[in-house]
Amino acid sequence: MSEKEVKNLEEIFEARIARDEKIEPKDWMPEKYRQTHIRQMSQHAHSEIIGMLPEGNWITRAPSLRRKAALLAKVQDEAGHGLYLYSACETLGISRDELYEQLHSGKAKYSSIFNYPTITWADMGAIGWLVDGAAIINQVPLCNTSFGPYARAMVRVCKEESFHQRQGFEIMLTLCRGTEEQKAMAQDALNRWWWPSLMMLGPTDAESIHTEQSMKWKLKRKSNDELRQQFIDQTVPQADLLGITVPDPDLKWNEETGHYDFGEIDWDEFWQVVKGHGPCNKERMKARVDAWNNGEWVRDAAMAHAEKNEKRKVAKAS
Amino acid sequence: MENTKKNWPLWEIFVRSKNGLEHRHFGSLHAADAEMAMENARDVYTRRNEGVSIWVVESKNITASNPSENGEMFEPAQDKVYRHPTFYDLPDEVKHM
Repeated sequence: MSEKEVKNLEEIFEARIARDEKIEPKDWMPEKYRQTHIRQMSQHAHSEIIGMLPEGNWITRAPSLRRKAALLAKVQDEAGHGLYLYSACETLGISRDELYEQLHSGKAKYSSIFNYPTITWADMGAIGWLVDGAAIINQVPLCNTSFGPYARAMVRVCKEESFHQRQGFEIMLTLCRGTEEQKAMAQDALNRWWWPSLMMLGPTDAESIHTEQSMKWKLKRKSNDELRQQFIDQTVPQADLLGITVPDPDLKWNEETGHYDFGEIDWDEFWQVVKGHGPCNKERMKARVDAWNNGEWVRDAAMAHAEKNEKRKVAKAS
Repeated sequence: MENTKKNWPLWEIFVRSKNGLEHRHFGSLHAADAEMAMENARDVYTRRNEGVSIWVVESKNITASNPSENGEMFEPAQDKVYRHPTFYDLPDEVKHM
């Protein structure tokens, strides 16, 4: 195709998106659109899969059968969300194996939040409340994104996500209404998860390199800073309701703007974690790679079994 | 051994959400065979009573039309207005037809 023809196709393409038309996998698309979507969707899928690990840590130690059943269901949902997103991503012509390879080699990223440890039961509450809360704010606008398979996967993900946040908040509420010690546990979890949750919404707009293009493609509808402000505004009153304190001395309601002002985020910490130096990066990757490698014989055996059955069927028919 | 490194094939999953409705495409997944595709489809796509019936079809068995040929494919239907009831003028006296 000549440069002029490509340029023409690109114009038609951008116009379709501007008209809110959806793009489907077999439609012509600019290579950059394909690559950006592979990057973002796979990063999203990887985050769901790695995101099972910090919570999986507490399934056997959940304090009651009710809590255990809910946590199991939540972790299972995360596996499901990872699977919806991987298969949506594969429609762009990349294989599942390549996607895993990018995760395992460190080429692809996942959300930095999952590199923090879950050291008490209250962390299950804080993750559901804060991390899933931030995730929902990020994800709801994606239900309208331009790439059809991604938008459809996100509709399903968002439907299932609100139970995650509610179960987390309920854990926090129970702890906060419990003994002094239990309330202290909830406060400690908020202290540790607050700032990483704010970082989870991504670098400031000034630092965010992909924002402009992503807005045009409707991969993003609000900037990172807008999403972060929305998260803070909605979460602070919930902390007040729990009776625990957000660990930010600069946090205060601003009558003029109608938003909370908040303190400086430690972006050095964020970039350290992104670059692989968070508290649990190595542990998470090792758990993931071990699970994949140790499961290899099972995958091979299932394939061999399927092939043998197929041959048997053919032999019987002939 | 042959084929031990072969990846699990891709399957398309169709779910009937309740009797009276058609099966609708829900998404896809990987599985070694149809039986496993069915089990995985249950766990991945119907964790909250989303369905009463599931079809699984190996993706390679689907023949899809090509969007770049949408012109030849679908445009001929556009100028056949006589296929629509509004094409026909009736006197007002005929109330319902």
